[in-house]
Amino acid sequence: MTTRQVGEPVQRREDPRLLTGNGRYLDDLGLGALQAAFVRSPHAHARVVDIDITDAWELDGVEAIYTWEDLDGRVGEPLPVLIPHPALTHPRTGYCLAKSEVNHVGEAVVMVVARDRYVAEDACGRIHVTYETLKPVVGLENARAATRLVHDDAPGNVAANLLQEVGDVDSAMAAAPNTLTLELEIERSACMPMEGKGVYARWDADDASLRIYSSTQTSTGVRAAVAAKLEMPLAKVEVVTPDVGGGFGVKIMHPWPEEVLVPWAARRLGRDVKWTEDRREHFVSSAHERGQLQEVTVGFDDDGRLLALDVRFWHDNGAYTPYGIIVPIITATQLLGPYKPGAYRVEFWSLYTNTVLVTPYRGAGRPQGCYAMERTMDAIAAHLGLDRTEVRSRNFIQPDEMPYDQGLMFQDGRPLKYDSGDFPASLAKLKDLVGWDDFAAYREQAAREGRRVGLGIGCYVEGTGVGPYEGGHVQVETSGRVNVATGLTTQGQGHQTVLAQIVADQLGVRLEDVHVTTGDTRRMAYAVGTFASRGAVMSGNAVALAAKVVRDKALRIAADALEVSADDLEIVDGVISVKGAPGTSIDLKTIAVMSNPLRYAFDTAAQAATQFAGTFDPDKPPVADDDEPGLEGQDFYSPTQATFANGMHAAVVETDPVTAEIRILRYCVIHDCGVMVNPMIVEGQVHGGVAQGVGGALYERMVYDEGGQLLNASFMDFLVPYASEVPHVETDHLETPSPLNPLGLKGAGEAGTIPVTAVIASAVEDAEGFPIRSMPISPAELWELRRQHSSVPVALEGAS
Amino acid sequence: MTDAATEQLLEITLRVNGVRRTASAPARRLLSDFLRHDLGLTGTHVGCEHGVCGACTVLLDGEPARACLVFAVTAQAHEVTTVEGIGHDPANLSPVQQAFAECHALQCGFCTPGFITTITAYLDENPQPTPEEAREAISGNLCRCTGYQNIVKAVVRASEIVREREEETR
Ligand code: FES
Ligand code: FES
Repeated sequence: MTTRQVGEPVQRREDPRLLTGNGRYLDDLGLGALQAAFVRSPHAHARVVDIDITDAWELDGVEAIYTWEDLDGRVGEPLPVLIPHPALTHPRTGYCLAKSEVNHVGEAVVMVVARDRYVAEDACGRIHVTYETLKPVVGLENARAATRLVHDDAPGNVAANLLQEVGDVDSAMAAAPNTLTLELEIERSACMPMEGKGVYARWDADDASLRIYSSTQTSTGVRAAVAAKLEMPLAKVEVVTPDVGGGFGVKIMHPWPEEVLVPWAARRLGRDVKWTEDRREHFVSSAHERGQLQEVTVGFDDDGRLLALDVRFWHDNGAYTPYGIIVPIITATQLLGPYKPGAYRVEFWSLYTNTVLVTPYRGAGRPQGCYAMERTMDAIAAHLGLDRTEVRSRNFIQPDEMPYDQGLMFQDGRPLKYDSGDFPASLAKLKDLVGWDDFAAYREQAAREGRRVGLGIGCYVEGTGVGPYEGGHVQVETSGRVNVATGLTTQGQGHQTVLAQIVADQLGVRLEDVHVTTGDTRRMAYAVGTFASRGAVMSGNAVALAAKVVRDKALRIAADALEVSADDLEIVDGVISVKGAPGTSIDLKTIAVMSNPLRYAFDTAAQAATQFAGTFDPDKPPVADDDEPGLEGQDFYSPTQATFANGMHAAVVETDPVTAEIRILRYCVIHDCGVMVNPMIVEGQVHGGVAQGVGGALYERMVYDEGGQLLNASFMDFLVPYASEVPHVETDHLETPSPLNPLGLKGAGEAGTIPVTAVIASAVEDAEGFPIRSMPISPAELWELRRQHSSVPVALEGAS
Repeated sequence: MTDAATEQLLEITLRVNGVRRTASAPARRLLSDFLRHDLGLTGTHVGCEHGVCGACTVLLDGEPARACLVFAVTAQAHEVTTVEGIGHDPANLSPVQQAFAECHALQCGFCTPGFITTITAYLDENPQPTPEEAREAISGNLCRCTGYQNIVKAVVRASEIVREREEETR
């Protein structure tokens, strides 16, 4: 019996390579290629008056210098609005190189291509750009006030305004016995993968074709975008995604200007060209996320049940909207979490500011939504003097109400309809894990020791596995090697292992024989990309379907050969045999030989398939009308709607009575992503997600000054948490399989991050006894809040 | 033509992973770039180029050093160990590499070489660390994927593997 792979914590197949320096990331490729560097705007808002490149040209090793004037055809046109939406009434995008205006510090103005990066940067330093500076709009308050505009033709700085309403909020609110209004704030952060972006392009003049390597989350998207921009046949552009050093959302945005310019320059110069982003460039020219102002009004009964929820928020979309309004739509819809809101109205304004653009970052709008909802839950509990978990559980959607339609439209244009989940069970597990009911005693004990502790909670539902589709291709070689291809990319989630596990089970082969390729348009030209926790759901089901195609074909051929019914056959460890009669068997690899009638015998296995070998029916064609040569198959998985994973977190924090330092003592997670293909990998996703959430809750912020300068554009100043800041995460899982797909999967990539900000806010609030309304929170901010909320002055230093 | 046009190239010789390697590079070439782009040892990664992330950590005469903060010329005549020198054969992992695979201590793998070099040197100094000591030992390197928990586990596991292997060869 083959050991079943799905559900096993199998070690990752990609690891030995990555551990020994054999990984191939973008900058590891293209030895000897010319290198690009960019002159980027030092101003947040300015007109480009003049560009003088004379000095730069004198440098030995400079091959080309390009400004917007040099960009021909569509390369000189604005970048596309990738995800249009009817509510996005004023979409604006930049140019590959600034045309006449720059709208944030870091916007690319001039491209230099040189012998090496050092020389390219030298040249950038010798290029003199004259700007006429304009007053920038920085921060949501200023954007909303709109005394100045980012884009002259976008009134009120509003890119989009969207309202959704379910039920009659005004009358439900008026009738509610209790109402509360909360003003909330959440700051900008950023994905900050350890590997920045990068592009490497090779132009083959003889073939008039381009091969592009990009550190992207969507190779097919980059391919189509570059082909369109460069006005090339799609068939002449290939995009390969090598090993990717983390993405977390920032690499789903495409095409980045560099993804167009590098291939364009490679074609123009007839040389290999490469660009590797450095850390400062990443800070000032790649996307950020999170910044929102929120206003929540809630109506509820005396038991804490929601009757009406009215939410308005203002979303900072930065200077441009190439990725549409996906992030605020997700906030607006996913805010509801596991609860029934009563009547619900949400309206948002997506606003322009003269800062780096905003596109999804792990969690993509959900951390903000969860924060709004969970702060509200805590506020209701405080108002009524009820236990915070009690208020939550009174508002839960019950398991027997699944599937549950929230009546809203989700980010994919489809209904926000939860497929499955058991929220009461999750909460019970969480209370158990963290010891919710014993906390009061612990708090008293701590207080006796002069310590101040707090307990926080946060619940979320996460739409995962959004469509439209992914594909899978499975091919069995005559050696028995099974090649699997899917078009979505991977950036560390272990797709090569997880997808191999699925195929090994579905086909009945050994895991070692399965080899998975991701994100290579040469192997799978149809694909969407890796984002929204969709890898396992979409490509997992696609490769399972493809494996079934191959399995059916293999059984059909074997049934003929063994003269039995296909129904009586099974495949175990790559051997097809009659169930219960293991003596009668044939190797899958032999079926691969038989599936392809040959004229030429290039090896001994092939001899068995040539025209003079074996028996055949001379009245039938070697390949039947309804058949194809080869043991391979392809299929696509396209769901009607997203799956909805869920989870609940709780944390215990300690706040220093003097310094206001915040320490996380415990962090507990209950996680439900349906069936887990590889529990070890799921755990890893949760750990990493929590770490990013902790960064967002306590440390990470993008500090822009009034002039639009990012003051902390380095790892010295933007605090990505080290091991010393990230708590040990305690986890427990619940598996409520998704009824939407054959494997019962839901996504797991972002779960860890979503509620952390809400949980830490809840815990700090619990420790301190006053509301926390703005996150992240630093010791200085907490200290200031203490001062504001205390009638007695707080101790300045070690009050002894 | 200007000064930069005639930037002087220096012949730089290092002992890298026990082998003598020579290449020409300007005086300002960072050791990280020299290893990666002049010697083709791309296992050493660059995550920040300002000494904070630790992705570029190599061993310089056995001590962990950030290759992005060292000029290649200053490493002249010194001994450099990169992740390739610790183990370059996927079928034959070093104890630390083995422990990383067992404990799922890597996801994208970009930060990993810096952790491998750092931990390998650390275990020479402290062959049996507690989980707390392990956490301390890795707290100079950034990882954006793993949340560190499994890396802590891997440090402890690596120390066991060292002992297991010693026992096997005894
Ligand atoms: S690249 Fe050297 S420490 Fe980050
Ligand atoms: S594994 Fe991706 S940064 Fe550490």
